[in-house]
Amino acid sequence: MKALGFAVLSLLLATMAVASTAVVEFSDESLRIRYQQLVQELRCPKCQNQNLSDSNSPISEDLRAQVHRLLEQGMTDREIKDYLKSRYSEFILYRPEVNQNTWLLWVAPVLFLLFGLWVLYRLYFNRASSDMPLEPNHQLSAVDQQRLDQLLRNKDKQ
Amino acid sequence: MNRLALFIPLALFAALSVVLLLGLDKDPQKLPSALVGQPFPEFFLPGLEADQEIVTREDFRGQVLLVNVWATWCFACRIEHQKLNSLAEQGVVIVGLNYKDQRAEAKRWLYERGNPYQFNIFDAEGSLGIDLGVYGAPETYLVDGEGIIRHRRVGVVDDRIWDTEFKALYQELIGVSQ
Repeated sequence: MKALGFAVLSLLLATMAVASTAVVEFSDESLRIRYQQLVQELRCPKCQNQNLSDSNSPISEDLRAQVHRLLEQGMTDREIKDYLKSRYSEFILYRPEVNQNTWLLWVAPVLFLLFGLWVLYRLYFNRASSDMPLEPNHQLSAVDQQRLDQLLRNKDKQ
Repeated sequence: MNRLALFIPLALFAALSVVLLLGLDKDPQKLPSALVGQPFPEFFLPGLEADQEIVTREDFRGQVLLVNVWATWCFACRIEHQKLNSLAEQGVVIVGLNYKDQRAEAKRWLYERGNPYQFNIFDAEGSLGIDLGVYGAPETYLVDGEGIIRHRRVGVVDDRIWDTEFKALYQELIGVSQ
């Protein structure tokens, strides 16, 4: 079992290693880091769910080359994303921008968190209130007290 | 009130089901068009006939036309070619964007299958392809007399697609430009 697990893990690592060994030359090492970041975050327009870094499709190769070119031209990450967005639409951004279509997506986690907190609060509050002893100064009415005494007396007789 | 609250999960589930059901009909391959309503990008590229012949956007300015992205490696383009031929016969102006192709093979293709194009842009590197946001051939753009892209079809244009997506808009644009 352990051996199998190790085999699977090493296979996974092998594919990861292949994915990141594309040979790209940069004039400056800082560009390489930004390049890796960008090709991870940009989505291949032709494939269903791959980023530019993972995809072998010709269009991804072209777009990787274009990202490389634009980086060497000194464009900022923002400018490169806008450049591609104006051609391939927002589809190409894996991290969608906040706008009319996507605001719900962005605020949903906060909403879910608030909802969860509200549920927790309700659960805690409800239990607390049902476990709470009667208020110490709570007085039974005379009629109730009489009835209670009677019940307790009957119980003793049994 | 509490009883009604019990139905909230069911209502949420029903709402989610409706959303997902509507989503089933959508084509996940279809990208929203970034260029519809935008001017056709500028380009400066060789023509298909010869390297010396440079073609630019000015070569089709003022005409209502189709720009068709094609290549000899593109299988669906074979299917589409007949429709393009018949559109050209009807007088529709079509400019070809020969996309990441070999010049000799592209010329042979036109010789063998007929040439529906007024002229062809030879985009070996796919640079105009990137400016257009091309992600799969064939693609067809309807460009108006002002040089604005009015419609884009990714995939084959056949009789049905022409009739439903292009024809009315094309005729309207032709009417405006005359």
